[in-house]
Amino acid sequence: MSVDVRTVPEKLSRDKSAPTRRRGNWPRLTRVGLGVLSVLLGIAVWDLVSRNYTAFFLPSPMLTWQGAVELVRDGTLWDSVTASSTRILTGWALGVVIGVPVGLLMGCVPWLRLMLDPYIQFFRFVPPIAFVTLAIIWLGPGEASKVALIFYTTVFIVALNTLAGVLSVDELRLRAARALGANPVRTLASVVLPSTVPHVVTGARLAMGNSFLTIVSAEIVAAQSGLGSLIWTARNYAKTEWVFVGIIALGLLGYLFDWILRMVTSKTLRRYGVNF
Amino acid sequence: MTGSGSPVSVRDVDIRFGDFVAVRQANLDIGAGEFVCLLGPSGCGKSTLLNAIAGFVTPVDGEVTCGDTRVTGPDVSRGVVFQSAEALFPWLTVRQNVAFGPRMRGVGKAQRATAVDRYLAMVGLSHSADRFPAQLSGGMRQRAQLARVLANEPSVVLMDEPFGALDAQTRLVMQVELDRIWRETGATIVFVTHDIGEAILLADRIVTMTAGPSAGIKNIYPCDLPRPRDLTDPASAALFRQLREDIGAEVARTLRAQGLDDGHDGRATGDPAGRPAGAGTVEPSSPGVNGTRVADGDRRALR
Ligand SMILES: Nc1ncnc2c1ncn2[C@@H]1O[C@H](COP(=O)(O)OP(=O)(O)OP(=O)(O)O)[C@@H](O)[C@H]1O
Ligand SMILES: [Mg+2]
Repeated sequence: MSVDVRTVPEKLSRDKSAPTRRRGNWPRLTRVGLGVLSVLLGIAVWDLVSRNYTAFFLPSPMLTWQGAVELVRDGTLWDSVTASSTRILTGWALGVVIGVPVGLLMGCVPWLRLMLDPYIQFFRFVPPIAFVTLAIIWLGPGEASKVALIFYTTVFIVALNTLAGVLSVDELRLRAARALGANPVRTLASVVLPSTVPHVVTGARLAMGNSFLTIVSAEIVAAQSGLGSLIWTARNYAKTEWVFVGIIALGLLGYLFDWILRMVTSKTLRRYGVNF
Repeated sequence: MTGSGSPVSVRDVDIRFGDFVAVRQANLDIGAGEFVCLLGPSGCGKSTLLNAIAGFVTPVDGEVTCGDTRVTGPDVSRGVVFQSAEALFPWLTVRQNVAFGPRMRGVGKAQRATAVDRYLAMVGLSHSADRFPAQLSGGMRQRAQLARVLANEPSVVLMDEPFGALDAQTRLVMQVELDRIWRETGATIVFVTHDIGEAILLADRIVTMTAGPSAGIKNIYPCDLPRPRDLTDPASAALFRQLREDIGAEVARTLRAQGLDDGHDGRATGDPAGRPAGAGTVEPSSPGVNGTRVADGDRRALR
């Protein structure tokens, strides 16, 4: 295996100190420190490589930083971040709110599941990007089309995960609930739903990731605001560093959203078996 | 508060899973407040019969009645304690689990709290009321399951190998506790086990089943030894031997049906103290070997 020469001494010495330890056992400070170190190394590599190319082809970290400062000063970055975030959060939240009951219903009503199944099997393979044009024709170039695309992404993933959760509810618990006097509706609310919580959360996290995929394509095609639009218009000004700023902002934003989701769910839903 | 137990009767019951006949022509009458143990080789249909009484499976023929009513589905009057503690709701605390039944029945908050406290105390779990099932030991989880069932004040309690997953010491404690709780509540108990010693310690009557498919009731042994019972006393030991031979014959039959050679597996591991008794180790096919092994078992039984 070939390893980047610059990182070898560092890595080898660490590996030797604890060859059999798994990642989860490292002290917190070490783990965070390693992450930071790795990012710094990445930036260093980026910097070295960028010296060989023009700023248009590959802007240096410094130039990107300056671009970021520019975009922050004139408010563009903040506007783009809020525009994209609003769309993502609206579409995603709607998708979760609708997807969970749809998944529950599909899980509990076999004929409904059978009727919806062909559609699900079909649309599973049609990515939201394929609907960008239609969304604009039907809903206009405004917010509605973007929110709708994110909703589409989310509702499928969440409904299918919820459905999987319902179908995997332990038969034993259903029997226990019925023998304890729970009717079907109360069983759904007090046994099935709580049992599916981990599946729902997994679905919501996956959907969040896919929402980011979707938003960028939607904004690139038709939007005056948002990170996708920022990335696309940067080309018109030959400002490749803005593309980098947009990409980094997307990555950080996604990381932040996922982190918040993980924190909140593992704090509030721990008793349902959610823990990250 | 718990009313006395209801009688249960199983009449000409046939149970099928598709084409597979699990139980055929089972007949059993259980008196109000009686403690009956169902004993039989693994896979013979004990759980299936219990599930029919619970209302989880519907017989294709015959009927099960509880008190005056025909069983058509699960009901709060017939509580079920499962072998696996997975039956507890892991997102609820012990207290909330026990309160589940009363909550579903619409019992008022204050009354519910009283009932929950009462049954938690009865099974000795008051101190762990606010812990989650995952934080309990196996024995405590089964106590929680029992308290959850008792909180509905059922007239019949159905238990499917409830102590099967517990270690020997814990099981012994649980058996003594169950005996006390049964007398306190007066409920009818139908208790499935494959442990002969457990059946002798607990039951008023012990029902053995024939090996499946098409399992049925084989014999019914009255067990009116004075309580608390001691497996080492001669009467218990004699009953133990009798049951071991009864079930052993069925196990041997099953093994032969499965094409296994049962001639060499003659170790009599039956232990009257109730550890997983190699109940099915007496093979009529090899009487000589068998005789000595059984005698060996007897010595231990009479120790
Ligand atoms: N849902 C089902 N579908 C098909 N066959 C089943 C089903 N449930 C049980 N059986 C069959 O019925 C027979 C009796 O099973 P049952 O679980 O009642 O046995 P058991 O006496 O409780 O055994 P064990 O002591 O191992 O728990 C077995 O042959 C089993 O394979
Ligand atoms: Mg069973």
